[in-house]
Amino acid sequence: MNRKKLQKLTDTLSKSCKHFNKFEVNCLIKLFYNLVGEVAERQGVVAGLDRNAFRNILHMTFGMTDDMIMDRVFRGFDKDNDGCVNVSEWVHGLSLFLRGSLEEKMKYCFEVFDLNGDGFISKEEMFHMLKNSLLKQPSEEDPDEGIKDLVEITLKKMDCDHDGKLSFADYEQAVREETLLLEAFGPCLPDPKTAEQALCPAPLLLLREAKSHRAGVIRICVCPQ
Amino acid sequence: MGVALTRSAQWTAAGHGTGTLEITPLNEAILNEIIMFVESFIYKHPQEAKYAFVEPLEWTTELDASAFQSGYVVSDSTVKSEEVDKNGQPLLFLSVPQIKIRSFGQLSRFLYIAKGTKLKEAQACIEANRDPVVKILGSDFGTMEDDSAALNILDKITKDDDPEREIKMKLAILLKQLDLHLLNQSLKHLSLEIHLNPVTVKRHIELLKRFSGKGEETVLESIEYTSDYEFSNGCRAPPWRQIYGEICYVLVKPHDVETLCITCSAEGVFLNGGKADDEREINYERKGEIYKDLVTFLKEISAKFSENMSKQEINFDEEQQKEKEQFDAAPKKEEAATNHKARLGSDKTTYQKNHINLAKTQMTKRLEPSLNWKTSVDIKDRKSLVKDSQEEKHGTRLDKTRTSISPGRAQLLRKSIEKPEEIISESSSESEEDEEPVDHRQEANADLPSEYWQIQKLVKYLKGGNQTATVIALCSMRDFNLAQETCQLAIRDVGGLEVLINLLDTDEVKCKIGSLKILKEISHNPQIRRSIVDLGGLPIMVNILDSPHKSLKCLAAETIANVAKFRRARRAVRQHGGITKLVALLDCAKNSIEPAQSSLYETRDVEVARCGALALWSCSKSYANKEAIRKAGGFPLLARLLKTSHEDMLIPVVGTLQECASEENYRASIKSERIIENLVKNLNSENEQLQEHCAMAIYQCAEDEETRDLVRLHGGLKPLASLLNNTDNKERLAAVTGAIWKCSISKENVTKFREYKAIETLVGLLTDQPEEVLVNVVGALGECCQEYENRVLVRRCGGIQPLVNLLVGINQALLVNVTKAVGACAAEPESMAIIDRLDGVRLLWSLLKNPHPDVKASAAWALCPCIENAKDAGEMVRSFVGGLELVVNLLKSDNKEVLASVCAAITNIAKDQENLAVITDHGVVPLLSKLANTNNDKLRRHLAEAISRCCMWGRNRVAFGEHKAVAPLVRYLKSNDTNVHRATAQALYQLSEDADNCITMHENGAVKLLLDMVGSPDQDLQEAAAGCISNIRRLALATEKARYT
Repeated sequence: MNRKKLQKLTDTLSKSCKHFNKFEVNCLIKLFYNLVGEVAERQGVVAGLDRNAFRNILHMTFGMTDDMIMDRVFRGFDKDNDGCVNVSEWVHGLSLFLRGSLEEKMKYCFEVFDLNGDGFISKEEMFHMLKNSLLKQPSEEDPDEGIKDLVEITLKKMDCDHDGKLSFADYEQAVREETLLLEAFGPCLPDPKTAEQALCPAPLLLLREAKSHRAGVIRICVCPQ
Repeated sequence: MGVALTRSAQWTAAGHGTGTLEITPLNEAILNEIIMFVESFIYKHPQEAKYAFVEPLEWTTELDASAFQSGYVVSDSTVKSEEVDKNGQPLLFLSVPQIKIRSFGQLSRFLYIAKGTKLKEAQACIEANRDPVVKILGSDFGTMEDDSAALNILDKITKDDDPEREIKMKLAILLKQLDLHLLNQSLKHLSLEIHLNPVTVKRHIELLKRFSGKGEETVLESIEYTSDYEFSNGCRAPPWRQIYGEICYVLVKPHDVETLCITCSAEGVFLNGGKADDEREINYERKGEIYKDLVTFLKEISAKFSENMSKQEINFDEEQQKEKEQFDAAPKKEEAATNHKARLGSDKTTYQKNHINLAKTQMTKRLEPSLNWKTSVDIKDRKSLVKDSQEEKHGTRLDKTRTSISPGRAQLLRKSIEKPEEIISESSSESEEDEEPVDHRQEANADLPSEYWQIQKLVKYLKGGNQTATVIALCSMRDFNLAQETCQLAIRDVGGLEVLINLLDTDEVKCKIGSLKILKEISHNPQIRRSIVDLGGLPIMVNILDSPHKSLKCLAAETIANVAKFRRARRAVRQHGGITKLVALLDCAKNSIEPAQSSLYETRDVEVARCGALALWSCSKSYANKEAIRKAGGFPLLARLLKTSHEDMLIPVVGTLQECASEENYRASIKSERIIENLVKNLNSENEQLQEHCAMAIYQCAEDEETRDLVRLHGGLKPLASLLNNTDNKERLAAVTGAIWKCSISKENVTKFREYKAIETLVGLLTDQPEEVLVNVVGALGECCQEYENRVLVRRCGGIQPLVNLLVGINQALLVNVTKAVGACAAEPESMAIIDRLDGVRLLWSLLKNPHPDVKASAAWALCPCIENAKDAGEMVRSFVGGLELVVNLLKSDNKEVLASVCAAITNIAKDQENLAVITDHGVVPLLSKLANTNNDKLRRHLAEAISRCCMWGRNRVAFGEHKAVAPLVRYLKSNDTNVHRATAQALYQLSEDADNCITMHENGAVKLLLDMVGSPDQDLQEAAAGCISNIRRLALATEKARYT
């Protein structure tokens, strides 16, 4: 990619993305192309990370393990639903991911958890998301009993209007009361520790990124303002 | 009230006219009842209050014309009430100092105006108007002897049908009711007193006879009547003595005392002048105190008797019980007969004695449980000692000794409470834990609350869930009422604590936060705290303090603050380096630049510092932790945080400072870091807790003179004085009074306090306050009363009576302060008269028997001004049976302060020749001589003074020489203290009257030292030194002369 083009892209993106400065946007764009590889550019097609590549990044960099959640995160990044994350989606997504305000994060998380996108998190969805959260005890007769109970507990805690499902309003109120419930149904944000590590000095960033990329681990580094 | 006044009230001089009412408890009670009646009259019977008396009540008042305000026509020296009777005469007419009052309404108002001197006015009024009823209602109403008289009058009234008569009658009935009430009251008083009669006396003597004889086990060697003849009424005293109420005389020979000749009278038992062998008559004069019966008397006189008596007590009591049953019917009649007679003098003493006895029994009663408690602590201590590291043992021992070393500071409320509490909190909550789970489980089996099962389920998910499930379970757990003990214990009982603490050890920030949030809540429970420490939760929490997440730090610090409420926990925090980390938290507030984007679970830096301070506050209750905080550089940080204005922050910061201020090292820094200024500023805050801690901190710091000045310079005395007026919050009041106490050690501060009217308020706080407050209030008054104006002020506000009343307490710290305050008041003759009247000197004297040396010393110091300023001091001192012996025996104490104070007391006692003779007989000379080899300047000074006084009797001068007191005295002249010089020179001057002493002095090189003293600017010293030299010189000349002639 030539410099001029990069400059232009950086300018447009840093205008629309409020959490990163120009330099950081620049780095992220470079990183994006690094990850996507030169191929895409040459072909002249819109470059993007496909589902697998993105999941790989989520897993390696942010330590996410839940397949379903990672799928949902990809959906969250892929705003235009074209099956791959382009450079703009990448920068915007990461901005929320790393530096989003509570409001932004709540909106994003709710979208992630609302599997069918109907604006509510139903009991079934909860069950689906929590089904792996308890250790299966061999002694237990009904392995799903615990999960169902956990869903009930969650509902009791979060369903403020008692209609048996979580609306965004319910969710928002519960999270405002107790921030820990932001990721109530699975980790869909980088945990604070990783986010902290991601904020390391700029000169090191590309170097380390390049090295770790080679080693198989991609580290996304954004310097602090 | 006529009957009550003529019959019950105790008049000093018999006969009507100018008799005065004695100040006895009974009279006081009667007067108070009358005052209450009159005061409420105007509200209860407004109609009758307007009735004009037949004759005015007239007496000499102390009230000034200026005291009257609205409702009165006031001129220079006369006052007329605006209210007039139907003839236009004013109902109140004052022509200073004579006052005439003609209605109850005016009487009420007058008493209201009199305020503090109510009692005096009422007394004067009653004294001047011996038969007030006649004056009020007219002579036909006089004292209504019986009901028929009353009926006559009733008849008259009904015939007359005159409205005024009706009111008059109503009044008569009201007065009659008051009279009855007063009689009842006085009866209650009288029934408290026991009177001896021939039957009881005989019974006692016969009983004692049964237990006396030769041998070690008996209570007495012998007990015999002086006369064998018994009159028909059971008395053995000759008839001309029987009229004084005397019953018989007995000769008693205890094992350890000379034969005593004792008078048994209806008033009680006392020592008489004795019976000489060649005379037939006994010297009937009373020589000692009056005791309530023979046994009490002998117990007081003879140690052996009381010792053997206690062995026999059981037998004795049984016998007495039996006898009592037999004699039960007889004494009642006699008692009733003797009831009204001959009891004028004994009244006061018996009453006070009852008081003392009461206090004594209370003391033993209260001591008992504390002994039990001690043993239980021992067991606990041993238990925990196993785990104790060597270092901590050292630390705590230091803690303990420190409190015992500094008596002044041991009184510090917080300290005296905190330190024992430290031990208590450990032992008591431990025992709690030992006991309570049992209860709980019993209860558990019976009927478990539903929360228990829900919590158990949640804990199961905590154990077996991944991060997501754990967070949900944690959040859900927080919905339970964690402040409730059932929930707290349920969490522990289902093994939730282990899981929660385990979670702290994971990498999951969210789980840690959730877990800490729960731990923070439930750690308010002492049992949970204990379990957390047992499960090793503290080291993990201390590690979390290093976490980059501020909210985690905050929560961990807050939880530590809750857990570190007992010693072992505080130690654990320190040993795992928690103090340094907590101090580092205080530093957080420094970087005021907050990151623009706080990440998800973050809080503000100020909050982190606040939590750190909170945890340090808890930790700072251990001595070693205070040291650790200082070493970690916590002090400047605390000082900086003190300058902020957040109340939430200030409370823990001031709290920590206040704890630390008990250390010398800190107090120095407190001066240098401008802390006082900020403390004073925060005294003006609205927050009561903050005020309390600030006052407490000032209290701790004001041990130091410079600090006291700083408090004044920054205007801290005014807020302190004004906080005195709010007495609802006792803790704050205790802190404020403590601060005032310490501040008033400086003279300038006292002046300020007087300006702010704090002294009046303090006097008002002498009653109805908890001991913590009383200790400080009395301490403050003790300091204030060092100045003349304040002594007068305290007396005027009626502060002396409550002070003297406090002398019967049992709290050591309180007693030390009370004796000091009473001593300070006694420096003034007028106050001294009141103290004497209230029998304060006797109470002080009995405190010499107190087991605590501080109390003893303080009481002895207080006795000095008492003896100095009392009228008839010598007689007063002699009236305390065994008192002089007690004082002399205190010279055997090994406490320097006690010795110095007793020496000072002896100096004052010895001013009276007769007393000096008595103490000489008790062997004061050898005891004083034995003390001579001391290096303590204070003791030296008072010892020398005592010696110089004691030289005035008999051959004491020679005796001091024989007991080798002279040589050490000469060495005192090498001391650096002029006071010691003066006292020593005076003692040497007295001693030099004896030739042998002169030789000793000369041998020890006294002449050269004395010659230097002659050049001193102190005149007394000059004179004494010169006198001594002249004596020595004269002796030399005489020997020379003898040699050459």
